Amino acid sequence: MHEFSLVQSLLSRVGDEARRRSALAVHSISLRVGELSGVDPDLLAGAFEMAREGTVCARATLRMNRVPALWSCPRCKKAFAPGEVLHCASCDAPAELSEGADALTLESLEMEVP
Amino acid sequence: MCETCGCGDPTLVPVELKEKILAGNERAARHNREHFVAAGVLAVNVMGSPGSGKTALLEASARAATARGWRLGAVSADLATDRDARRLQAAGIPSRAITTGQACHLDAEMVHRSLHDFPWRETDVFFIENVGNLVCPAIYDLGQAASVVVLSVTEGEDKPLKYPVMFKAVDLVLIAKCDLVPHLDVNLAAIHDALSRVMPSPRAIEISARTGQGIEAWMSWLAEQRAPLAEAPRNHAAHAHRHG
Repeated sequence: MHEFSLVQSLLSRVGDEARRRSALAVHSISLRVGELSGVDPDLLAGAFEMAREGTVCARATLRMNRVPALWSCPRCKKAFAPGEVLHCASCDAPAELSEGADALTLESLEMEVP
Repeated sequence: MCETCGCGDPTLVPVELKEKILAGNERAARHNREHFVAAGVLAVNVMGSPGSGKTALLEASARAATARGWRLGAVSADLATDRDARRLQAAGIPSRAITTGQACHLDAEMVHRSLHDFPWRETDVFFIENVGNLVCPAIYDLGQAASVVVLSVTEGEDKPLKYPVMFKAVDLVLIAKCDLVPHLDVNLAAIHDALSRVMPSPRAIEISARTGQGIEAWMSWLAEQRAPLAEAPRNHAAHAHRHG
């Protein structure tokens, strides 16, 4: 369960941004959560609920856009079905993962400034 | 009017960031990597379930690696004890324990701190034995040149399918405790098949710390990883940048 330490990194990064802009509060945080990012969105939301108290994010909404893991052949662009062997037999090439599917990205914030 | 908190008359400012939440760890990992590469040290992140046999494999590797003339070193992470580091030390691998407390994984900063009082520059192959866990360590880059997961034959053929994030992230799978295969209902072909469904370029070695099976293949793999480092000139000079 590393979601708590991820939330700490997130809150510290958002806190820096809020201070830099003298924000009064952060209203929303948008994340992109890749299917193969190693992050469980529900655990992340739970950790956020616990950790945000007393921070500038105390009343912020956490939005998570899930990015599915799609594998395809880099040459012929054939799409692989879930669970398929990740190698294109016709091109003899290893499959490639769609962009963002293995990443946890802080997309944007909405903050209230005086 | 603000709908979230009814605060009256705020100005809402959208801020586009588009940055990785682990950007801080990635910076620290880059820093470690620069050190390892400059010193010509092959750093290997060794991961795997608790009890998969990570420490036993490193113990069994010590003699074979020394025979190749490599100087070894290791840091070994454990939640509560320094037992693994002591085992490695006894096997002839100068080692240091990193006790992580409740943390379920190593991060680049922990590795960096552990390097400060350890003569890692005097090594050719430096093992970073991660916390026994197939989930969390997968997403933390430590600055290693290569990542390995130890998967023992007693863990089940479908382990790779259940932990795709980990297997996708590694360069090599060591299928360990292969001496036990005759005593188990395990099909090695099924393990290789599962790997091919989570790793686009699967690479695996069947290995046993007990019988020595696969140890030479593992050494050859390490030699292959060392080749680009060995060509680079070694730079033992103290680094000029500041540590945070």
